[in-house]
Amino acid sequence: MGVGIEVVNLNAWYAANHTLQDINLNIPANHATALIGPSGCGKSTFVRCINRMHETNPIARVTGTVRIGDLDIYKDAKPVEIRRRVGMVFQRPNPFPTLSIYDNVAAGLKLNGYRNHRVLDEIVERSLKNSALWEEVKDDLKKKSGASLSGGQQQRLCIARALAVDPEVLLMDEPASALDPVSTSKIEDLIFELKSQYTIVIVTHNMQQAARVAENTGFFLNGRMVEFDATHKIFTNPSDKRTEDYITGRFG
Amino acid sequence: MTDGLATGLAVLSTLLVVAPLVAIFVYLIYKGASSLSLNFFSQIPKPEGEAGGGMANAILGSAVLLGLASSIGVPIGIAGGIFLAEFGRGTRLANAIRFTADVLNGVPSIVMGIAVYSLIVYQQKHFSAFSGGVALGIMMIPTVTRTTEEMLLMVPHAVREAALALGVPNWRSVLSITVKTASPGIITGCMLAFARVAGETAPLIFTALGNSNWSANLNEPIAALPLQIYTYAISPYDDLHRLAWAGALVLIVLIVTAVSLVRFVTSRGVLKGAS
Repeated sequence: MGVGIEVVNLNAWYAANHTLQDINLNIPANHATALIGPSGCGKSTFVRCINRMHETNPIARVTGTVRIGDLDIYKDAKPVEIRRRVGMVFQRPNPFPTLSIYDNVAAGLKLNGYRNHRVLDEIVERSLKNSALWEEVKDDLKKKSGASLSGGQQQRLCIARALAVDPEVLLMDEPASALDPVSTSKIEDLIFELKSQYTIVIVTHNMQQAARVAENTGFFLNGRMVEFDATHKIFTNPSDKRTEDYITGRFG
Repeated sequence: MTDGLATGLAVLSTLLVVAPLVAIFVYLIYKGASSLSLNFFSQIPKPEGEAGGGMANAILGSAVLLGLASSIGVPIGIAGGIFLAEFGRGTRLANAIRFTADVLNGVPSIVMGIAVYSLIVYQQKHFSAFSGGVALGIMMIPTVTRTTEEMLLMVPHAVREAALALGVPNWRSVLSITVKTASPGIITGCMLAFARVAGETAPLIFTALGNSNWSANLNEPIAALPLQIYTYAISPYDDLHRLAWAGALVLIVLIVTAVSLVRFVTSRGVLKGAS
């Protein structure tokens, strides 16, 4: 089951560049939450702070509090533990090119020492079914490399890989921006299905996409969160002038 | 028109690159093939003045020396490359190691022989297969280290991030994902280093020395193909010259076979569509 995310006074830097400033936000459990805003506004940095990937860059720094369920992730846990509970799907599909489809999905478990083959088989099948890829790859699981799939299939493989470690939260950083419309709509259907089991945070440049998949939407601008509200309210009647300017296409 | 010109130039350059190899190979077959016989692969050299004899002990000796060299050069070289690319990036130690490796790569092989002579042979008061293997192994390290580093740096950042985002510890992600992704290039580097030292004569003169009898003992002088070729080539007898040609042919064929074998074995695990 998904858990809620509570963000208090989050600040993040790349070297001297203050990319996130005083973000306060409550992301509800088992819902999809979209983050929109122009390029460079800090929305990708924000999701990377939720699974502590931000700090993998040696020049990056972060302050503030992020709670996932009851866990204060910057105080009570190590980064690797957080990342097992918070899955991430990246902008460009990034399967492991030398691993088979099966091993790609099982990677998170196998690389953490999990060895029970019967259970792994079950988890791989369930994860691929959950990411709507099972029917297309079930005959080639151990024969083909993850890199042999099409772009849209690779992205669903990456979603299956993230789901296999059974996370509570799924972060998606523009998961469909490198994909064609058909693959995009498959990913969107998937988000719709998955949010009953996971808390989903999706960064997107595509406002229609935010409107289609997310109950709540946050608008980021210049490292600050301008507005956070129900998606229909953001798109029909935003309270901030800057949000209105952005969604009506006056800038960004 | 210009397209055709460019293609023509590319083909010409390719031929220029391949031509010397083919020429050497053809000449070796012409000079050496007639002296190849079962005796060549089963007998040891005959005492001077007697006809016949083979290089069986030298083939065995080369195998022992190269096995020892690889078991020193490959693991240390790969570990060094992993350190340079993954754990020590930008540190002073890494820069020092990289610089040392580049200098080591440029050290003439005879100097390597003298260095190992004074470090091992002189201390032990006798020549040995062990010292020869160490000399060749040290010569393999810089090539393996630098290619491993280059190949690891070519692995896309996205692949590393994917592993980290799954909650895999960094060391595990490096060993199981990054190194595995770069392995075809790393293997090529090891093969290059192997082929290079397989033909080295100079460092062995001061270390392995050569041996006209059977020996696989690491503590005794050992025969090696390049040494035997050298000994025969500077002798005054025609039939020994022919044996030297045959030895050179066998050396090249053995190197090609060893490299192809490693390629074959390592490519069996590669999946359809893997890049």
